[in-house]
Amino acid sequence: MFQQALLIFVSAILSLPLLRAIPVEPYETDLPLGMVSAPSAALDNLVKQNSGGIRRARLCSDEVFLRRVFLDTIGTLPTMEEVRSFLADKSTDKRSKLVDQLLERPEYADYWGMRWADLLRVKSEFPVNLWPNAAQAYDRWIRTSLRDNLPYSEFARHLLTAEGSNFRSPPVNFLRSAGDKDPAALGSIAALVFLGERTAGWTPEKRDAFAKFFSRVGFKKSGEWKEEIVFFARPSDNEPLDATLPDGSKVKIPAKDDPREVLAQWLLNSPKSTFAQNGANRIWFWIFGRGIVQEPDDFRPDNPPSNPALLAWLGRQFQASKYDTKQLLRTILNSETYQLSSIPRDDHPADAGYTSYPVRRLEAEVLIDAINQITGGREEYMSRIPEPFTYLPEDQRAVMVPDGSISSSLLELFGRPPRDTGLLSERTTNVTASQRLSLLNSKSILSKINKSGQIRRALSTAPNQEEALNRLYLTFLSRFPTADEMKTISDYQPPTSAGKNQKLMDIAWVLVNSPEFLYRH
Amino acid sequence: MNSLLSLDAALSRRALFRYSFVTTAAMLLTHRAGFALPTVPNPRAKAGAVIQIWLWGGPCHIDTFDPKPDAGHDYCGPFTEALSTNVDGIRLGKLLPNLAGQADKFSLIRSMTHENNGHETASYMVQTGHADGDRLVYPSMGAVVSLLKGYDAGYKGLLPPYIVLTEPQGRFSEAGFLGPRYKPFATGGDPSRTPFAVEGIVAEGITPEHQKLRRELLGRLDSLGHSNHGAFDEFRKAGDAAYDMILGEGADVFNLAKESDELRNRYGRNTFGQSCLAARRLVENGAKYITINYKGWDTHKQHFQTMNRKLPELDQGLATLLADLADHGLLDSTIVWCGGEFGRTPKVQWEAPWNGGRGHYGKVFSTLVAGGGFRGGHLVGASDARGESVADRPVYPWDLTATMYELLGIDPDGTFPRTDDESVRITPKIGGKLKSGGRLKEIV
Repeated sequence: MFQQALLIFVSAILSLPLLRAIPVEPYETDLPLGMVSAPSAALDNLVKQNSGGIRRARLCSDEVFLRRVFLDTIGTLPTMEEVRSFLADKSTDKRSKLVDQLLERPEYADYWGMRWADLLRVKSEFPVNLWPNAAQAYDRWIRTSLRDNLPYSEFARHLLTAEGSNFRSPPVNFLRSAGDKDPAALGSIAALVFLGERTAGWTPEKRDAFAKFFSRVGFKKSGEWKEEIVFFARPSDNEPLDATLPDGSKVKIPAKDDPREVLAQWLLNSPKSTFAQNGANRIWFWIFGRGIVQEPDDFRPDNPPSNPALLAWLGRQFQASKYDTKQLLRTILNSETYQLSSIPRDDHPADAGYTSYPVRRLEAEVLIDAINQITGGREEYMSRIPEPFTYLPEDQRAVMVPDGSISSSLLELFGRPPRDTGLLSERTTNVTASQRLSLLNSKSILSKINKSGQIRRALSTAPNQEEALNRLYLTFLSRFPTADEMKTISDYQPPTSAGKNQKLMDIAWVLVNSPEFLYRH
Repeated sequence: MNSLLSLDAALSRRALFRYSFVTTAAMLLTHRAGFALPTVPNPRAKAGAVIQIWLWGGPCHIDTFDPKPDAGHDYCGPFTEALSTNVDGIRLGKLLPNLAGQADKFSLIRSMTHENNGHETASYMVQTGHADGDRLVYPSMGAVVSLLKGYDAGYKGLLPPYIVLTEPQGRFSEAGFLGPRYKPFATGGDPSRTPFAVEGIVAEGITPEHQKLRRELLGRLDSLGHSNHGAFDEFRKAGDAAYDMILGEGADVFNLAKESDELRNRYGRNTFGQSCLAARRLVENGAKYITINYKGWDTHKQHFQTMNRKLPELDQGLATLLADLADHGLLDSTIVWCGGEFGRTPKVQWEAPWNGGRGHYGKVFSTLVAGGGFRGGHLVGASDARGESVADRPVYPWDLTATMYELLGIDPDGTFPRTDDESVRITPKIGGKLKSGGRLKEIV
């Protein structure tokens, strides 16, 4: 007992970051950021004012920044060439130039499209039942909107008010995804996605009032197999609709007008609407892993923001930019707050006030894509339901899978969200023993590494051992190995019974299994 | 740094593992107070484990557990005879002779019904014991057992409490809103091959010495972990638990070469037969819920050819499993249930394009139950003369799961906590649109 207690005490002392007087190589830097834009500086001030006296972490190194911003913006690892050229670049504004470049890459829309498709529950079968061609049309519409940087307000308006066929007017699938398709169910998904509120916690009066705006939505079949038309069902008696907006104000909606338009108008323009704050908070959550309101889909009076001034400011910025998502991302990604090291300097809960970058395991899709990227491996994504089975081309990246019903066992194992409820908490990045077994020791992962022609080529064309190791580290961890690591590796001897390439293969296996690879950091 | 590494070694790995399960479960199972695990002392609770044989795709009831030899060629095709069994009054399809000799060990429910003909929805209902249509996706019975009999309840087995041989059935039938913690461990590999390369536990071509060397190297090269020790606790604990299985006795449970050749042959040297054998070894070693995911029953075409191939396999494996469990004294404490998501159209589709196939049929189908407190040698309910509808005593999926939960000492009327305000029950409340034939009191 005593020995254990002593060990814990000693380890606590050793791990106390307070004792660190210099930056931790190769993860941190002493150099200041170059020019920080006015909005990013304003953001930093708002965060600092709320840090509760906790000392901020140091700035992250270029190596860490590069990997982090690739993962956070486009869900992809930088290639070896991209790492070398970024590290060699001596210009002081290279970080902000990189942010601009990444936001224009096609993978940006792939990655953020996947996140939106989770929220919007793009899934052809149980329990959402959109049907495959509708799900795929919907997915394509979401990704195209992101690629074109469609203002978030317009994106929302389409989803709330669209009419037409599920195959030809993709945003109508938003309302089709509601379980019962009655006004209350339609209102509940709209409130969840655009206000971040769960109607289960509302008073029945509030629920009914909100549902009324969806009381004139009609659904009908066409002659085409599984086609469904969503339309504005104009009342035959020409009676206007008396409705109450979420802020309590009464409106009389003429029979010729779709009440959804009236709600969208209020949502997007009323000063009392939390639409902008909710949208900005969710983007913040996607970058930092924790919302200023947490959960981001649980806005309610007794779940206040951790930093109200910051949330209000982000909402105003978002609205003032006409809901330009990329501009909001630029502000966040260029801030010092975003570029802090993940190694806390004080002993405190990591996410208390955004005083260090929170580490999180890579999402299922990003992790599998990263492994396939560095090994040249492939993965089969398919759906058994409905028949005939759906298969995707095997070189397709997991973030591109267009339908929640299409999956693979690795995606399931690593916590891809089932898209059943649209709650952000459906996606899990916990680490389980089964996941560790898979990465450490499963045939599918081991063969990806051992049979990788890509890795073999990189190693066999290296002029010497040092360069071979450099290539492994640059490809897997986006950095050069440190002197300590080189020493450890030169001391390592695999068993003599193993093959002649075994040593480098063991290093590759170690790198894939290291937290530095598996976590964004 | 070395002291940090040895710290992990010094603490009981299993204790840490358990701890991480409990905290995560507590997180998943929400902040609302008043949650007590719905396990109750119950004099009828005899079962400690479950083996589920899942016939994916929907097996034909009248070719297996509910033969109708008098219904004629349009219904029976070539299977015009039925076998009598060692229990008077119970007859089986003609390709199940070994089971016919074991009929005193199992009972047959011949009036299962849910009226749904879609694989996914029907599987969901049978696997979870809940009707579809709720916004919530319920966990499968295996995940519920994993929650209530697994690590959170003090489970200390060598292997995960909920295991599927060999491939998972798919998400709708697994952990539902409970989340991935309660998903089954899928073995992968093929138990009829040597070695049975259980994904992640048994890696061909890597010696235990090499495993240990690599593990040490992994620790030494973890530079980020050394700089930020606290951030990766969960990762380290999960890794320790994984290595307990790779290097510990866990891997041995899957070593079927420890059984005699004679016994292995009796089970059948095929994937299904050897999965049954692996299931018995898992039960012996404490696993709580094992699913054998046996595919290939969705016989729209080539139905009779497929039955000629598969039924002898099913017959041999299942009959040997029942006998072997009994020999080991495990049958009384182990529920075995065998069935699919529905039956198949009793009337053969002779027309093109099926040319002798059978479609999906949720109106009436059969399930076999044995052990764990179920009495053997009984029939529950009946279908009509042609196996087309329930003639007597309907049994809905939730009637069956509720009965099994009772045998496991889990209160079927107990509630799950979850992230919403209303409480959510282990099995649904009967009434309104939800029909019930009542729990299976006649065979427990």
